[in-house]
Amino acid sequence: MFSRSGEQCVARFNAQEAQVLRQCVAELAALLSDAPSRDDPAVERLFPDVYPEDPVETEEFRRFTEEDLRSAKLEQAKTVLSDLLEAGGEVRLGEPEADVWLRALTDVRLALGTRLGIADDTDIEEELDEAVLKDPTSPRVGQISVYAYLSFLQESLVDALTT
Amino acid sequence: METPDVEEVPDLDRAWVTVVWNDPVNLMSYVTWVFQKLFGYSRDRAEQLMLDVHQKGRAIVSSGARERMEYDASRLHGYGLWATVDQS
Repeated sequence: MFSRSGEQCVARFNAQEAQVLRQCVAELAALLSDAPSRDDPAVERLFPDVYPEDPVETEEFRRFTEEDLRSAKLEQAKTVLSDLLEAGGEVRLGEPEADVWLRALTDVRLALGTRLGIADDTDIEEELDEAVLKDPTSPRVGQISVYAYLSFLQESLVDALTT
Repeated sequence: METPDVEEVPDLDRAWVTVVWNDPVNLMSYVTWVFQKLFGYSRDRAEQLMLDVHQKGRAIVSSGARERMEYDASRLHGYGLWATVDQS
């Protein structure tokens, strides 16, 4: 988890944490590497319709903005992958770097949260208990744990940055 | 001299607005920080807007010319917030 150290936000990642985070970010980068496919709900959430009632105007807006948005998101993901070594270790972020990490963590959580069907009234701990009771070996158990971890990590970075 | 086509004259009376919608993923602290960062709002104002989004489902975060609202929406998308543009 991140904490404040002088002008920087600092966290130590063990190898397992680094591996989990890097895998999530790499999956996001893969999703962002090609032109977004609109039939993927995660893509829908990362690139929202700016005029929900007007598909023509929305398309026009996309024509001018989507490529920049996609490449910015991809760069953010790549930056996290280069900041965080596979073996883990210490990560020190100044404000501009923390900004990039926060955006990348947001995109990862949006993609994962959409896939997991996270809703406004979702209680992550209950959701995890339910998934474990159903089948402790299911991928869903792992994914919910990862989502919870990423949420704590992001919250710690916002706190470290704003205090 | 051509006469302007009345049908195509935009509705100038109504300002354009950028709307942020509630979503179940973004953290309250993060949304507050984004509003401060992008719009230069005070912490109190940013927090109030975040609470409006969270409790009422949506909030108007900026208003003005259409192009500027589209710019705001694209910046908000860059931060993963669910933003749309509308006429007030």
